[in-house]
Amino acid sequence: MKIAVVVFPGSNADWDALHAVRDVLGVDAEYVFHKESTLGAVDAVVVPGGFSYGDYLRAGAIARFSPIAKDLVEFAKSGGPVLGICNGFQILTELGLLPGGLTRNAHLRFECRDVWVRVEGGGPFTHALAQGTVLRLPIAHAEGRYQIDPEGLARLEANEQIALRYCSATGQVSIDAPVNPNGSVGAIAGVYNEARNVLGLMPHPERAAEAILGNTDGLRIFECLLEHLKAAA
Amino acid sequence: MTSGNSNSGGGANDTLPGAPVPFPGEPAVSREVARSFGLSDEEWDRVVFFLGRDPTYAELGVFSVMWSEHCSYKSSRVHLARLPTEGPQVVQGPGENAGAVDIGDGFCAVFKMESHNHPSYIEPYQGAATGVGGILRDVFTMGARPVASLNSLRFGRPEHPKTPHLVRGVVAGIGGYGNCIGVPTVGGEVQFDASYDGNILVNAFTVGVAESDKLFFGTADGVGNPVIYVGARTGRDGIHGATMASAEFDEDSDKKLPTVQVGDPFMEKLLLEACLEIFAANVLVGVQDMGAAGLTSSSVEMAARSGSGIELDLDKVPRRARALTPYELLLSESQERMLMVAKRGFEDEVLAICARWDLEAAVIGEVTTSGRFVCKATPGYDPLVSSPNEAAPQPVVDIPVGALADEAPKYDRPQVEPAPAPLVPEPPLDVDPSEALRALIGSPNIGSRQWIWRQYDHIVRDGTVFRPGEADAAVVRVFCEREGEPTREKLLAISVDCNGRHVQLDPRQGAAMAVAECARNIAVSGGKPLALTDCLNFGNPEVPETMWRFARAIDGLAEACRALDVPVVSGNVSLYNETEGRPILPTPTVAIVGQLRRPEDRVPLGFARPGDVVAHLGIPSRGALGGSEYWVSRAGHVGGEPVGIDLDDEARLQRALLELAQARLLASAHDVSDGGFAVALAEMCLPNGLGCQVRLPGDPSVLPVARLFSEEPTRVIVSFDPERALEVTQICEAHGVPLDHLGEVGGDELVIEAAVRVPVAELAALHHACLDRIVSD
Repeated sequence: MKIAVVVFPGSNADWDALHAVRDVLGVDAEYVFHKESTLGAVDAVVVPGGFSYGDYLRAGAIARFSPIAKDLVEFAKSGGPVLGICNGFQILTELGLLPGGLTRNAHLRFECRDVWVRVEGGGPFTHALAQGTVLRLPIAHAEGRYQIDPEGLARLEANEQIALRYCSATGQVSIDAPVNPNGSVGAIAGVYNEARNVLGLMPHPERAAEAILGNTDGLRIFECLLEHLKAAA
Repeated sequence: MTSGNSNSGGGANDTLPGAPVPFPGEPAVSREVARSFGLSDEEWDRVVFFLGRDPTYAELGVFSVMWSEHCSYKSSRVHLARLPTEGPQVVQGPGENAGAVDIGDGFCAVFKMESHNHPSYIEPYQGAATGVGGILRDVFTMGARPVASLNSLRFGRPEHPKTPHLVRGVVAGIGGYGNCIGVPTVGGEVQFDASYDGNILVNAFTVGVAESDKLFFGTADGVGNPVIYVGARTGRDGIHGATMASAEFDEDSDKKLPTVQVGDPFMEKLLLEACLEIFAANVLVGVQDMGAAGLTSSSVEMAARSGSGIELDLDKVPRRARALTPYELLLSESQERMLMVAKRGFEDEVLAICARWDLEAAVIGEVTTSGRFVCKATPGYDPLVSSPNEAAPQPVVDIPVGALADEAPKYDRPQVEPAPAPLVPEPPLDVDPSEALRALIGSPNIGSRQWIWRQYDHIVRDGTVFRPGEADAAVVRVFCEREGEPTREKLLAISVDCNGRHVQLDPRQGAAMAVAECARNIAVSGGKPLALTDCLNFGNPEVPETMWRFARAIDGLAEACRALDVPVVSGNVSLYNETEGRPILPTPTVAIVGQLRRPEDRVPLGFARPGDVVAHLGIPSRGALGGSEYWVSRAGHVGGEPVGIDLDDEARLQRALLELAQARLLASAHDVSDGGFAVALAEMCLPNGLGCQVRLPGDPSVLPVARLFSEEPTRVIVSFDPERALEVTQICEAHGVPLDHLGEVGGDELVIEAAVRVPVAELAALHHACLDRIVSD
């Protein structure tokens, strides 16, 4: 079993993702540089956080022109599990692998703090978590406001593509700050694609995967992935 | 370009045909022009003496920036020599881009702090952002991967019309740069005081980790080795930034906007990754970042360290603006640029790694034996528009390297002891202590900094063990990697401190107090302080009272560093922090890096369990209020008797704290500093919403208000399991540290004898709201 962590110029949570997967979970994992034309023989891909291409123009907008993008899209279209965290989420929406888009936080500031999210839907990254499970995860972003038109939102709801919503510590979803940290439509923190093999989320599960960091809730998302990969093997 | 080859030969320096001649289109040079560049008449005479002729315009520019206070430390060098810089833990002391201290197993922590005060006042976002960019480059230039940043900020009065704009801009700038490049900003400190109304302070600190035997230095050895320019293209931004940073402000300071640089953190991220790859490839001789005074200072400093010369072909410098003159190319402070000296024959490997990261790089010169800084350029040639065969360079700069470095002016400026700070009016003491605590806990200098640190990514790189506000020091887990070995995890504790008010009242003792508090914060959090970097922010050194304060502060730093065994390994001096003759409080900011043996040694500041004993460790209060927040906020001036410090007592306290932490006896610990005992206790109640009922320690003949709010140092409040009380007592006795049981953790109120009773929830609300009032739109 092998997991790729894609490194774009400006990726900066690539280490966080590699460390969580390789060092904490003990799974074979490696960086794949954006100038590669292929991901190689991997079973899942993490597109990590950061500021790819400086987030100039629009967060994630330029990464889709990188050489690796073509193989990443093919991997996703063929059903391979792909996890986009923060900037990775932004990149996946720009690649057209996920619906909707992410804009400046409603309060217009970068914000780094813990939030709570409620698990809404299943897929390779959440299937072992009961709907309504509450996770505490950190966020660190300036452009995390999930946006989608009403028709798109209706499709997300109908297809049960919404993976995570921001909620209170006790699991009450709210579209209002501070529960919803960035003004996301429907308090959406993470969404699946229609085929449900691609997940994008703004919170950082890879930064909440060790007791020494005071939080292991994020580990549960990676454990779901491992179970999924083992079952598929 | 090799010395003596067919393109050169002849002339005084044996590298170029003849002395530099005026470059077409550049202004004539005179004593008056030199004055406008900040050189005194005496310094002009010295320039002419060194050259044996009048300088060219470009040469005058080079002299003026290299001899500026910012680059030459001409007023401070004689005093800095008194600081202790040695110890078995020191891997690299002052003089390089950053200092380094041993953290075991052949790894070291590489760190430095630097000011970006003047630019941040003129343009807060870019000034602060490029301050962060500069200190990051200083650290990764040494071959270290940056792992954490902190900062120390000073603003004017909250009600000053410029303050909200400056706070918002500086915080956004620090976040904008650090968040993008992916180095966590894990802590810092902020103080508001009227003395900073016209001169804010932005001191940026970064620490990185490297293998001790693989550090890189700013050297230019080996005749014929290529000099390689890497990174952003050169523009006209920041020209004369170093000179601007070496002068006072006046009412026209806003017109200095063009001297501020503009940062590009994405470019710096590429530069960081490319540099670390280049270092690992073992193809470099030396490297230096182009910070203040850009291409000039990087070339000259590298040549000076090696006793060599450098010759540059300015035609080859990558640029983004048209028709740049030699003067502009040499003085530009465009950001995100590095100068490297590669081993001859390996330049293509350097260029290939740069290309992989989409970075521009060019060979622009080579190392010589001449001992001179030589530059040539072609009149009218511009690589952006001209074809290469038009280039016929002429010499434009030819200066002995020594004249720009070791032989730069050095002044022992006159000192006069200033009149002591006023003792009156004294603050009223007949106040309701609960009311006074409410006012302090929500005041700008003591309230929560959450609004600030939430704008910083403080968790990237998976290492932040204590987030801001969780302990007195930031504690960061760092990953130490060596090829062929499993990754080692180590824990660094970092703190940055200074209270300029105590330095104002007594510069020697106040500076010692800054070092003591900084080290205490590390010990309180469970770490052993290892070494220190400083950022000495003062007013105009030509004012004898300021110079006296500077010299006494150095004495205090030196004494405290010796007493607490924290040698100085790097630092920075920022003078001329004054506007229209009004200086800032003397602010010798210090940052200390310490180390925890293991994660279990860490101690948070918040009370953990109801029923734990609350105790006071250290010297009982005399109730001295001089320089305290209570005094300044109620008396309206920085006054009172200096509170002083006994460094022997301090060293004993810190040794006891470390042993208590390592024995895992403490549930929480927090030092008594800004706001005094009552504020420290309140801050311990906040993280977990746990109250306490305690007795007020100190001399009972002194009014409770004075003992509640005195900022006398060498005091810590701890909490621990009552069943471990005997062990705690034994350790304190062994170290000769007074231990006073005060009460216990519990309830939802902070109760101090009959003096104070306030619900914790109320304290929390006041604490959290403090900055909102200042920065809300």
